[in-house]
This record gives sequence, C-alpha cells and structure tokens, in this order.
Amino acid sequence: MVARRPGVVVSRWVVLLVFALVCAFPFGWATFTMFKADADLYTVGHVPFFYNSPPTFDHVRVLFTDTAFLTFVRNSLEIGVIVVAITLALSVPAAYAIARLTGQWGGRLAMMVFIFYLVPPTLLFLPLSRIVADLGLQDTIWALVLVYPTLTAPFSTWLLVGFFRSIPRDIEEQAMIDGYSRASAVVRTVLPLAVPGLFTVVIFTFAFTMNDFIYAVAFISSSDNMTVSAGVPVELIRGDVFFWQSLMAAAVLVAIPVALAYNFFLDRFVKGLALGGVKG
Amino acid sequence: MSEPAVHRTVIIDESFRVHHLLDRESVLGPVMLSPLLIYLVALIGLPLVFVFIYAFSDATTGSDSFGFVGLQTFQTTLEDPVFRIALRNTVVFTVLAQLVVIVLATVLGFVLSADFRGKWFVRFLILLPWTTPVALSALAWLWMLDSLFSPFNWILGNLHVVDQGTPVAWLGQDSLAVGSVVALQAWRTLPLAAVILMAGLTSIPPELNEQAEVDGAGFWRRFFDITMPLLAPIMMVAILFGIVATFTDMAAVYILTRGGPGNATQVLGSWSFYTGIQGGSLAQGAAIGIFMFPVLLGVCILMLRRASQTEVV
Repeated sequence: MVARRPGVVVSRWVVLLVFALVCAFPFGWATFTMFKADADLYTVGHVPFFYNSPPTFDHVRVLFTDTAFLTFVRNSLEIGVIVVAITLALSVPAAYAIARLTGQWGGRLAMMVFIFYLVPPTLLFLPLSRIVADLGLQDTIWALVLVYPTLTAPFSTWLLVGFFRSIPRDIEEQAMIDGYSRASAVVRTVLPLAVPGLFTVVIFTFAFTMNDFIYAVAFISSSDNMTVSAGVPVELIRGDVFFWQSLMAAAVLVAIPVALAYNFFLDRFVKGLALGGVKG
Repeated sequence: MSEPAVHRTVIIDESFRVHHLLDRESVLGPVMLSPLLIYLVALIGLPLVFVFIYAFSDATTGSDSFGFVGLQTFQTTLEDPVFRIALRNTVVFTVLAQLVVIVLATVLGFVLSADFRGKWFVRFLILLPWTTPVALSALAWLWMLDSLFSPFNWILGNLHVVDQGTPVAWLGQDSLAVGSVVALQAWRTLPLAAVILMAGLTSIPPELNEQAEVDGAGFWRRFFDITMPLLAPIMMVAILFGIVATFTDMAAVYILTRGGPGNATQVLGSWSFYTGIQGGSLAQGAAIGIFMFPVLLGVCILMLRRASQTEVV
C-alpha cells in the first residue's frame, strides 16, 4: 500500500543509510585504522580518509603475538561457557516453575526475579568485592564465574518464562496422562519445543558476560585472568601510550562476531522480550 | 499397540515410587525455584543490604573491622563537590540521551519494520552499538574523538569551520565532553529501543491502519491516533531499559573521559568506583551508589504497575 510509492521507498532508504552510517561509523573507522602504518596514521598533515602508505597487517599480528589479547579471549570464552551452564541450571527449572506450577503467584514471582535484574553492578561491586576476597577468589576467573549469573540468570529466567508460556499446556498434560511423571514429561515434550528459546538464552547470556566491565576491573588485577572487555582497554593501554591500530583491531574482532550472533537470534530475542514483558 | 501400553505401566509404577512427592505441584514448584532464589538472595539481596550497612559505617577496603558512624558518611558525601557534579551528570546524561533515543528509535523502528532487500545487513550495522561490549565501543569512540587525529577535526578544519592549528578537543572541554558522553550513551542504547519498538509496530494489526486510511486519515493522523497509543506501553519498556543502562553505567565514562576534564563528566557509577575501589573507602563508595536507588525504585514501580495492568487484561 503506502510503501509502494517511490517517494516513500527512497526516503526510507535515505533514513536507513543515515542510521546505518551513524551506528557503524566508529567501527568502520576502527577497521580502517587497524591496517594503517604508523607513519601514515600519526602524521598530522595526512588526509585521514586514505591509505597514504600501503595498508599493513603488522598491528593486527602484534595484537595476537605480542599482547595478552588471546589470553583475554580464552578467559572470556571459558567464563562464558561456565556461566552459560550455571545460568541454564538456575533459570530453566525456575522459569518452568513460574510458568506452570505457581498459579497466580507466577506473575509476581516473574516480576520479583526481574527486579533483581534491575539492581545494577555499579551498586553491588563493593560488597561483592568483599565477598570475593573473603572466599579467596580475587584475581581468579572464578570470581567472575561466581558473580556473572547475577547479570544473566534473572534476565534469562524472564525470557524463558515467556517461551514456556507460549508452549501449550496440553502438550505435557497429554504426556502425563500417558503415564510420564511431570519431570520426564517436561524433558520429553517441553524442552525440545523450547530449544529456540534456550539457544537465545545461551547467546545472550554469553554476550552479557562479555559485556561486563566493572566486575572484571574491580576483581581482576593480572593480565592472565582478564576478560576481553576489561583487558583490552585497561591492560593494552600502557600509561599514555596507545597502540591505536592494535586496540581498534581488538575492538573490531570482538564486535563483529558478537553482532552476527545477535543478528541471527534477534527475532527470537525480541519475541521473548515481548512475551516476558507483556505477561510480566 | 499393545507393547507401548505395557511399557507405560512400568513407568507409572516407577513414577509412583520415585517421583511421588515431586509430582505434587505444590512441592515441585518451590523445589525448582529455590536454587535461583537462593542464589539471587545470596549474591544480589544480601550484598544490597551490605551496601546500606557500608554507607552508615566507616568501612575501608584495607581492614575487616568497621564501626557505625550514622549519617556522617552521607554528610561527607553530600558536601563533596565532585559528588554533586556526578549526581547532576547522571540525571542529565540519562534524560538527554533517552530523549534523543525516544525520537530516533521511533523513526528507526518505523523504517526497520518494513521488509526490504538487504535488511539483514542493514540491521547488522545498526545493531553494532548495542551488541559490542561497551568498553570496546567506548574505545572506538576515544579514537574517533582523538584531539589530533579525529576525522571530524580534519573535516571541520578543511571546511575552515575551526582553525586548522587548534583542533577541537572533543573530550578536553567541559561542554564538548558532556556532549560526547551523552552522544555515546544515546548511540549505544538506540538499537535495543528501536528493535523493541519495531516489534511493537509489527504487532499492530495492519487492518487498523488500512481501515483508517480508507476513512481518509492521513499519515500523521494515523500515527498520532493509532500507532502512538498502541505503541506507548512497549515504548515504555524500551525506555526503561535505556534508563537503567545509562543511569547505572560507569564503563562509558571511565574509558571515554575518565570522568574528566577535571571531574566534569563524572557520574555516580564512576565516582563510586573511583572512591570505593581506587580510593579504598567502601563507605563513601556505597553512599554514592545509594543515590542511584530512588530512580531504580521508580523504574521498578513503573514495571510492577505495568505488569499488574496487563494481568487484568
């Protein structure tokens, strides 16, 4: 109808291109920068929009060979995998219970869990740093493994409640009539149907753990145990010396895979937000 | 058909013995909920109580002992000029950034809700500010706004808007640094808001708009009388996410400006971090953080009210 008018189509594209440019520009600029030779980059008179000398992979190579970047990546991956497992173990049963077993209390419990999500790390990092120290976990990845589910479990539960509610009750009730216990009915019928929801939770839990900055900076002091998000800006900047090409390479190499993963799962994520958000 | 029936009998027998208790919903529900609730109470609930205890004490990171000092810590905090700047900035940054986001996210949600070729790639580009860890995107901004090598400075210099010898110090002047932080916060919270609004727009039945168009309502009439009222609840969700993300953030400020120049861009989150971790005063850090509480409480109440409204419907 309206969208077929050529004026509307053109103006939509113009608006989209402006937004895409604004959103992606810092990353585009970072990508462009990471291949620049020092002499090209740090000469004030040079036009910054060209390669005045041939692009070079040197600084990307330096990032991998001469910095702790790969250690950060490995730590982030390890922490992410463990936290995903913990998050699923906590939030799948809880979300199922809220969606199916708590009757009219369900909505209130879902809201309570969501309110835990609203308590920010900038408020909790002080007592948590004391708890982490008392447990002898400071400067280990286990400090982050311990606290990251506070970022991920409430949100995951909230998403999963929506997904579970969107699965008709009849399905596991039929299985229970057929003689399965509730637990095996859930494992056999509900969880397979919830796989897309579970995948969404895995992706976003992983991304949330990557995104944290304050806990990693507050609890971790040595490069060996840093995550990407804290390690790159804190450890790779020595004093006032910035290795801009390598820093930009690190930012881009993390940003692109994460954005691709989000893009794949965005529709389900949004559906989950709407489900969780509308029903409370 | 007879074989599965035999199989079923066996399972019923087993379930009566093993799962008897767990089959009662009043037992199974709490059992499934308790690990999450225990974890959340231990690592969010109790620490939150500790924040308040610290704030009424003289606790430091160095020693385990601390005494209660009543409101003295709050008094010191309120008299600290940097705290006042931080409090004001936190509110101002959040309000300005989210005002920008409301307007831009509505436009972006609109254009993204249509189907078009290349949508996948455009969406990928638009999602980048939200999906990238904030510390890394702040780093990209730091380079983009570099006083010597910023591309904006080159453009402005060559257009002779500014003198080529004196580049704009985007992060070195109070007002520009404030603007830069607001821009970064709006930029990084825009995609999620747009995506949520896009979902809201696609859930509006197209018949409503078509019928109104047949009845002669123009685009703006339809926008304000149909789309906006239907979009309002989900718009609130989008903005609440944005408010929480901006209001409680410290990474953007920490990396982009380190709170500077001077302390002109300090926010509650960053000032609490500098005072509590780097300054070693748990009490002061906690007292600063507590000033985030009224706003967070307000957000919680709005969420609860929204939830109770939708439950009625």
